[in-house]
Amino acid sequence: MSRLIVASIGPASSVQDGGRHGAQRYGLTVSGAMDRLSLAAANTLVGNEVLSAAVEIGPFGATFTARDGAVRVAIAGAPRNADVAGRPVAMDTSVTLKDGETLTLGFARGGAFTYLAIEGGIKGEPVFGSLAVNARAGLGSPYPRPLQAGDEFTVDAASGAPELRIELPKPAIGPIRVLLGPQDDEFDDANKALFLGSEWKISATSDRMGYRLEGPAIKHLHGHNIVSDGTVNGSIQVPGNGSPIALMMDRGTSGGYPKIATVITADVGRLAQTSAGTAFRFKQVGMAEAQEEARKFAQLIRSLADRLRSSDTVELNIEALSDANVAGYAVSAVDAGTWQVTAEP
Amino acid sequence: MAATLPPPRLLPSGDSAVTVEFSRTIDDDANQRVLALDKALAASPIDGITETVPTYRSLLVHYDPGKIGFDALGEKILPIATRPLPPATRARRWRIPVAYGGEHGIDLEDVAKALNTTPDDIIARHAGGDYKVAMIGFTPGWSYLSGLDKSLHMSRRQSPRLLTPAGTISIGGVQAGIQCLAAPSGWHLLGRTPVRTYQLHRNPTFLTEPGDHVTFFAIDHKTFEDMDRAAEAGEIVAEQVVA
Repeated sequence: MSRLIVASIGPASSVQDGGRHGAQRYGLTVSGAMDRLSLAAANTLVGNEVLSAAVEIGPFGATFTARDGAVRVAIAGAPRNADVAGRPVAMDTSVTLKDGETLTLGFARGGAFTYLAIEGGIKGEPVFGSLAVNARAGLGSPYPRPLQAGDEFTVDAASGAPELRIELPKPAIGPIRVLLGPQDDEFDDANKALFLGSEWKISATSDRMGYRLEGPAIKHLHGHNIVSDGTVNGSIQVPGNGSPIALMMDRGTSGGYPKIATVITADVGRLAQTSAGTAFRFKQVGMAEAQEEARKFAQLIRSLADRLRSSDTVELNIEALSDANVAGYAVSAVDAGTWQVTAEP
Repeated sequence: MAATLPPPRLLPSGDSAVTVEFSRTIDDDANQRVLALDKALAASPIDGITETVPTYRSLLVHYDPGKIGFDALGEKILPIATRPLPPATRARRWRIPVAYGGEHGIDLEDVAKALNTTPDDIIARHAGGDYKVAMIGFTPGWSYLSGLDKSLHMSRRQSPRLLTPAGTISIGGVQAGIQCLAAPSGWHLLGRTPVRTYQLHRNPTFLTEPGDHVTFFAIDHKTFEDMDRAAEAGEIVAEQVVA
């Protein structure tokens, strides 16, 4: 066995996987990766089950050191500068750290979450089938809390398999697609139009529980108190102050504010990777289109192994990535519970 | 054959879940229909449903749109959801010990004052109630109870507390609650129970189920300490009433 030491890491970084399903009826939050496709891509690169546990790294930098042997890892998700002992590493590739070598990841350049998958997976004790960290409920393994410097993973020794890259579809651009409901009838047409027609920004006080949206105030038809009912990933609830909150993976299982719309499954990860401060819009789609997109998204995740390539032609990939980058965001103040990202002056 | 009940509303909650809504308000009949549908779907599962989440007035049904579409699922759910309610089966009943007042129930005296009576009277009214777990939500094991004595209905606190202790027994609006983990709350804290409705390495992990009946009984603070130690070690400490 080798070890992978977390030499340094920022807040909002934790072990995440496909989530903890089946106990929402008991109030147990699902948790899981904010960007499932990137989690799956990283896992696929090192031959793991697609939704197995990996390190979800928040917008700050992080460094990981191999001990007691070589460790093979892969990175996917929010683009950032990366190197192993000074050798650059491209996003969406695997790389092997020799004993004693350190992988250095810079700040996210656009987006927020990068996934570090480890060959052979993360060893831990699953609860409800998941190692995902849910700090409020004291769940997650091997650490039931966000990661800290000094934490370590016991991991398989690197297999020596050739390094790979994964050719992902061009990142989608354009508005975040939503289905109206379940409580769109708590809003009049003018306010629904305001929600769908306005430019929104994700507030800096957002976290894995919810993304607060900055834009015009959305008014309710009958007040903001409804009797609590169930929530899903991507539910957009509108509290009393009229500022919508998109509920994310650490959401409460029930909520008492009207939900005007729900982000479609295929776009939840895109919303998760939208940097605070970046303007974006929503677009209404119909059920047939949303479900077709959900099926295509599931199929994409299932078939990621078909997109693996030898890493020889990696330069092309770097170019594609730099094209896709939204530069100009830097990380500022932060506290233990939330990450905050603001535009550079 | 009995007439069918009025159909619930089927509200899309995105592309992979549907809210089956029986009422917009807190309503015991609606909650019974929620729990009956939940039970019926558990007894004869519809292919594609991945998880159900009962709440006061609606059942949230998570499903895989790769297996079943919104319309097809709705067509399967509606006939089940409009069936007359089955005769009430004997529900599980829990007797939950509560240390009322003092440091464990810091709002007991204020509640008594607000309702123009004594703390002992509030305890008698709260412990004398026959409650039902209407839903579990917010944080693991947080059991929302219907059946609070009307004389104890009072609005929530103006300013919610940022942290209330694990095991808090509280009332808020028309509801009563058993809270398992320390959490923020705007409800009035009457006492604390040593019972863990959620405990990770215990079997069962979750004690209460939606539909369970609950009654409370008062214990002194010394008994609380003893039971709390036993509960910490994995004992259930709540009494299950065998019907």
